[in-house]
Amino acid sequence: MNLAAASGPVIPNFGQGSACERTNGWFCTDWLHAHWGDTLQPALVQHVELSAVAIGVGFVLASALALAGFRFRLLDPPIGFFADFLYTIPSLALFQLLVPLTGLTVTTVEIALVSYTLLILYRNMIAGLRAVPPEALEAARGSGLTRLQTFARVEVPLALPAIMAGLRIATVSTVSIATVAAFVIPQGLGRPIFIALDQGVFKTEILAAGLLVIALALFADGLLVLAQRTLTPWTRSA
Amino acid sequence: MIVAAEFKPGTFVDAIRFMGDHAGLLLARTGEHVELSAVSLAIALVLALPLGLWLGHRHRGFLFAASVSNVGRALPSLVLIAFGLTVLGLGFWNNTAALVVLAVPPVLTNAYFAIDGVDRDVVEAARGMGLSEFGILTRIELPLGLPLVIAGIRIAAIFVIATATIAAIAGGGGLGEIIVDQASYGLPGVVAASLCVSALAFLAALLLALLLRAASPSPGPGA
Repeated sequence: MNLAAASGPVIPNFGQGSACERTNGWFCTDWLHAHWGDTLQPALVQHVELSAVAIGVGFVLASALALAGFRFRLLDPPIGFFADFLYTIPSLALFQLLVPLTGLTVTTVEIALVSYTLLILYRNMIAGLRAVPPEALEAARGSGLTRLQTFARVEVPLALPAIMAGLRIATVSTVSIATVAAFVIPQGLGRPIFIALDQGVFKTEILAAGLLVIALALFADGLLVLAQRTLTPWTRSA
Repeated sequence: MIVAAEFKPGTFVDAIRFMGDHAGLLLARTGEHVELSAVSLAIALVLALPLGLWLGHRHRGFLFAASVSNVGRALPSLVLIAFGLTVLGLGFWNNTAALVVLAVPPVLTNAYFAIDGVDRDVVEAARGMGLSEFGILTRIELPLGLPLVIAGIRIAAIFVIATATIAAIAGGGGLGEIIVDQASYGLPGVVAASLCVSALAFLAALLLALLLRAASPSPGPGA
């Protein structure tokens, strides 16, 4: 079973350690101090890497698809349908369906994570671009802007709030789904959760890793809110 | 490249064979999966739908509806299952609780925004015609907001089916039990069960799409 490969060194040890660890208390701070460096921190760093790569690749792919779907309306329904199709596949199933093709590798995890970002990013990009008021386009044409200039200077900036909203949702979901990656590769914050489950449900480790995932998702969301405020100063006054 | 060594598309053929050989097992696990998912989704609907619709009707609780959806998205399914396991122990109910927590946000938020976003002039017109508040909600706002309400239920259903798979690590049964136990079933079994659970998710999405079509008033010339 994959979990066995993921477990590695036995970390929480009911036999040694503090009284809290031996009795599997709710939240043993001494365990946290002892194992932050060898367990939680590396898992957190891996989690950030897995998520960041997926969001980066997903954003580039979705942008390309959105460009195609926006420019050629005929392409929009099939692209949307395809993204919706990928989104509907349960995460654990998608990971396992990729294993025969790309093995127990980071590639497998990234393909699945990227797939889940596409629908939200694509839909929000298209919706944002389509919602640009015709008057703005008229004004751009009147000022002598070319089609490309209109796109870069008028349509994209006006679509930015919708694009950023999509990016926020995609980021939070990716951070959340990346926990499931530990079923396939021994990386990310899902791994300490699996190890703890394997060792008779060691509560401290489950709670610590779980809260870290949630904190990471909220932190990333906060960063994107700040980024959005910087990028679209005109939306702030409203 | 490593990929070349691990590239074994033949596994899918073996998976299909596995389906034929173990149809009874897969069917039983699918049944468990449907049961866990359906019970959880039903509880989530009972909890979230009336609240979301009512808040939307009163145009109250915007912040509440928005933050429920934000917090809900940040809750990873695996973490919820593991938390449920620490608090409630192994079994059906810890998983049901985790799945309900996961399914409530999309249902609640979409119901709220669906009703809140209905054209106020239409609502005023209905009120002027003497419709009761309940009548306005059920005969005007709900039909108009239905696509968004059903979209929320669809997201919740997909979440629940996906997470019910993960629930196998906490004794939830279902198709996940095969997926997380490659030692017993082999990769073909894992792939077969993954295909089944994907099919289940598509079926749920399709059913809700059909429901939406059936429930939508046809925009005929007289409407």
